[in-house]
Amino acid sequence: MKQYKPVIGLEIHVELKTESGMFCQCKINQFTSLPNSHVCPVCLGLPGALPVPNKKAIEWTIKIAQALNCTINKHTKFDRKHYSYPDLPKGYQISQYDEPIAINGHLDFEANYGTNKNESKSFRIHRVHLEEDTGKLIHKGDDTLIDFNRSGTPLVEIVTEPDFSSSTDVKMFLEELHTIIRYLDVSDADMEKGTMRMEPNISVRVTSNDQISNSKQEPISKFQLPNYKVEVKNINSFNFVKRAIDYEVKRHIELLEQGKTPPQETRGWDSDHNKTYSQRTKEAAHDYRYFPDPDIPPFEFSDEYIESIRKTLVELPHTKMYRYIEILKLKPMDAYILTRDKNTTKKFEIAISNNLITKNNISPQTVANIFINKIGKQLPSKTDKAIVEEIFSLHKLKQDLSNFLNPEEVCEKVIQNNPNVVSDYKNGKQNAIMFLVGQVMREMKGKADASVVIAKLKSQISKIHLKSQN
Amino acid sequence: MLLGKTLTQLKELIKKREITPVEVKEYFLKRINKFNSSLNVFLTLNDVDEVPESRGAFVGLPIAVKDNHCTKGVRTTASAKVLDNFIPPYDSTVTKRLKYENAFLIGKTNMDAWAHGSSTETSDYGATKNPWDLTRSPGGSSGGSSAAVSAYLAPAAIGSETAGSIRQPASWTGVVGLKPTYGRVPRYGVIAMGSSLDCPGPLTLNVEDAAYILSVIAGHDIHDATSSPLPTEDYVTEIKKKKPFTIGISDDYFEGLDKDVATALEKSIEVFKKLGFKTKKIKLLSPNYAISVYTIIQRAEVSSNLARYDGIRYGKDRTFFGDEAKRRIMLGTYTLSYGYYDAFYKKAQKVRTLIIQDFKRAFQDVDFVIGTPTPITALKLGEFSKYPFFGELMDKFNEPGSMAGIPGISIPIGLDSNGLPIGMQLMGNYFRESDVLNAAYQFEQETDYFGVIKKGIERYKD
Repeated sequence: MKQYKPVIGLEIHVELKTESGMFCQCKINQFTSLPNSHVCPVCLGLPGALPVPNKKAIEWTIKIAQALNCTINKHTKFDRKHYSYPDLPKGYQISQYDEPIAINGHLDFEANYGTNKNESKSFRIHRVHLEEDTGKLIHKGDDTLIDFNRSGTPLVEIVTEPDFSSSTDVKMFLEELHTIIRYLDVSDADMEKGTMRMEPNISVRVTSNDQISNSKQEPISKFQLPNYKVEVKNINSFNFVKRAIDYEVKRHIELLEQGKTPPQETRGWDSDHNKTYSQRTKEAAHDYRYFPDPDIPPFEFSDEYIESIRKTLVELPHTKMYRYIEILKLKPMDAYILTRDKNTTKKFEIAISNNLITKNNISPQTVANIFINKIGKQLPSKTDKAIVEEIFSLHKLKQDLSNFLNPEEVCEKVIQNNPNVVSDYKNGKQNAIMFLVGQVMREMKGKADASVVIAKLKSQISKIHLKSQN
Repeated sequence: MLLGKTLTQLKELIKKREITPVEVKEYFLKRINKFNSSLNVFLTLNDVDEVPESRGAFVGLPIAVKDNHCTKGVRTTASAKVLDNFIPPYDSTVTKRLKYENAFLIGKTNMDAWAHGSSTETSDYGATKNPWDLTRSPGGSSGGSSAAVSAYLAPAAIGSETAGSIRQPASWTGVVGLKPTYGRVPRYGVIAMGSSLDCPGPLTLNVEDAAYILSVIAGHDIHDATSSPLPTEDYVTEIKKKKPFTIGISDDYFEGLDKDVATALEKSIEVFKKLGFKTKKIKLLSPNYAISVYTIIQRAEVSSNLARYDGIRYGKDRTFFGDEAKRRIMLGTYTLSYGYYDAFYKKAQKVRTLIIQDFKRAFQDVDFVIGTPTPITALKLGEFSKYPFFGELMDKFNEPGSMAGIPGISIPIGLDSNGLPIGMQLMGNYFRESDVLNAAYQFEQETDYFGVIKKGIERYKD
C-alpha cells in the first residue's frame, strides 16, 4: 500500500542586532525612525560606495554556528548574488555562496521534557551564512515606496537538512532555535517585527507501507528526495509555519493521489484564510550569477580566533536545564519552563544565590515554584532586589501560615470532617489513617512532620473510641 | 607669467604671496573658457566650493578630477547619461583627501562613459580632443584629465585606471601619468568599473607633482576593505635620492611597436644606462594572455557593477545606456552565467594568479619592467569604433600589470614623425611607487622629456 511521508527542510533568517550595518556605519534602527533616515552611500548602493564587513556580525554568526554544533570554515568569503528587485539597491545582494561561514551542524533537544511523551530529537544543520538584508517595499494605493532603513542590516541564514517529517517537529525545532538565538543575545528574533523569518521547503514522498516500519525518523541518506519542492515564504509565527506545512502536505498528497506531481514553486502564507497561495514558479531557472565580491577580500580565520569566540558562548538552554535538574534538584518540567527565557534564568540564578534566600534555607525548587507561579509574568518590570524580597515574603507568609496552625487543632478538624474514614480505621482498615494524614498535610501546606501527625491522629482517634464506649 | 607652472611651483608662488588662490583659479577658468569648447575637457565646473584661502598642503591649488570620482554637491556622471543628474551627497576618499589639504577641485573631466574605452569616444557627452591634434583622440578613459594637463587647463588632474586608463592617455597627450599599486589609493567613491582592478592616480606635468599628489591620496581607508594598510612613504623626498636600479627588458613587451615608438624606447634605455642603471633581459608571460583574462574579469565585474542602475533611482532608465556599456553587460552576464562561470571567470582568475606569480618572480631580479603604455601614438577619432576590442588590444602592455595590480608610470620620451607624443612606461614591484617615481624623476632631470611637455603647453598660450 502507498504511504505518504512529508520531507521538510527549513531556511531561517535572523537579523543581527549589531550597532552598525553589515557593510556600513549606519546605526541599525529600522523600526522607530522615519523611512530612509538611517541610510548612507553604502546601504543605498550609491555609485562608488564600497562595503566594509562588520567584524561583530561575523563573530556573532560564528557564535550562532557554534551553538548549532557546526564546523566553522576557516576560509570564507562573500559573494554577489544578482537579482533585480526595487528593494535591492545594488542589483545584487552581498551573500555567501560556496564558502559559507559554517557547515554541517546539528541541533539536539528533548521534546516534551518531563512528560511521558519525552523524546530526544536531533536535526542536522546544512549551513549557516551571513548576508545583508534588503530594503522594504511599502505599497500605498497605486504607489510603491521604498524604505532603505533595513537595507544592509546583517542577516544570518540558517539552512537545515530536509530532516523533518512532521510540522510538530518543525515547530519544536523553531522554538528551540529561537530560544538559543535569544540566549546568545545576538538578535531580538522578534517574529512580529520580522527580525526572525522562516521559510519551510516542503515536499511529500511516496513510499510503500513496509518501508516505514515505525514512526522513527529515517536518515536522509536512506531515501531519495522527491523531484520537487515548494517553498513557503516569509512566515512570521511558529503556529503559522505549522499550519502552512499541514496545509501544503495535505495539498501535495491530494495531487499525488491523482497521479500528479505538485509543481515546484514559491508560495505565500495567507494567515487570514489559513492557506498558502502561489507566488512564482520555475524557481530552478533562477540564475543569480554568483561570483566572489571583489570589494571584500576573503577571510582566513585562525584556530585561536574561532576558539576565542567559542569561549564567549553562554550556557545554552538545554545544558542549563540539565544542570537545574541535576545540581539544583528542580523538577524536570520546572527546569524546562524556567530555561525557556534567558532573562528568567538570570533572575532565578540571582535569586537562589541571594543571602536572604540561602540563609533562610529556601530551596531552589521553592524559588522555582514562586518564579513560575507568581513572578514569571511580571519579570521585566522587577528589579533583582524586589524579586528576592517578594520570594522571601511569600515564603515567610507560607511558613507563618503553617506555624500559625496548631497540628492538634488541624487533626481534630480532619477527624470531625471524615467520620466514615475514622470508622473504617477503627474497624481495622489500617491504611485509612494515611488518607487522614494527607488531609492534615494539605491543610498545613506540607509544613508538618508526618510521623508527628500520625501519632496525634492515632491518639485522638483512640480517645473517640473510648468516648463512644462510655 | 603662470603658464606651464607646475603644481609645486604654483604652491611656492602662493606661499610667497605673489599670487592668491583666487587669482590662480581665475587664471585657469579663463583658460578653460578659452579652450574648453574646442577640446571638450570639462563636463562640469565646480561652482559649489569656495577656493580655500587658508594654509594647508595644497593651499587652494586647482586640480581637475575625472568625472567618475564622486564630489559632494558637484554633479558626477562618469560621462554617462544614466547619471546625467546625479549630484553625490558624499566625496570619494581621493577628493576628500585633496579637499582636506585645501586643494580646489576646479572641475570634472570627460572620460569614456563608465570608463569603458581607451579614447573618450564612448562618452555620452562627446569625445575629448587631443590637444596635440584636434582630429585625434587623447586616449582614455582618463582622456579628459590628461588633455586638461597637456593643454594646461589645470596644473594637475586625477584620473583612474582599470588597465591603461591613466598611462595610455598620459602617453598620447605627453604628460606624466602614475598608476599606483591596486589598493594603494582608495577606491571609495570612485564609480566602479572593474572593482578588482580600479586604481585612482595622478596625471601631472612632472614627477614631483605626481609624488606630491600621491603622498596625499595614498593610504589605508576605513571605507575600502581592499585598500592596503601598509604605510605610505614621503614620495617627494624619496624621488630626490639618487638610487641605482636594474631595468628588466622582456622582448614580448617590444613586439608590434610602431617604428618611432620603438626607436624612442631604445633611446630611453640608453638614457637610463647613462644614469647608471643596469639592464637585464627577462622572460615574462606574453601580454597576449592578459588580454582575454582582463576582458573576462573586467566584463564580469562591469555587468555586476552596473546592475544598480535599474532605472528606479538617478532619474534615467536603462535605455540611456550606451552601446559599449550594453555590450559589456551582455558579455559579463554571459561569463558569470550558470554553467559558464567555471569555464570563463574561474579560469581567468587562475591565469591571473599565474600572471601575479610571473611578475613576482621577475621582481626578484629586476626593479622595473620597461615598455610603452601603447604601441602607437594617438589615433584619429573614429578609429576605435571600427574594431571590436580595439581598446583591449591597444592596452595589451598595461593589462598584465593591471591584472597583477603592480604600479606603473608613463612619461613622455619624444615625438613621432607626426609630431605626436610617445610614452614610455616603467612597471615596478608591489607598493614600490617610490622606486617607480624615483627612476622617472632621474630620467626627467636628465632629459626634461626632450621638451615634450613644454611644447604641448606652448600650443595653448594665455
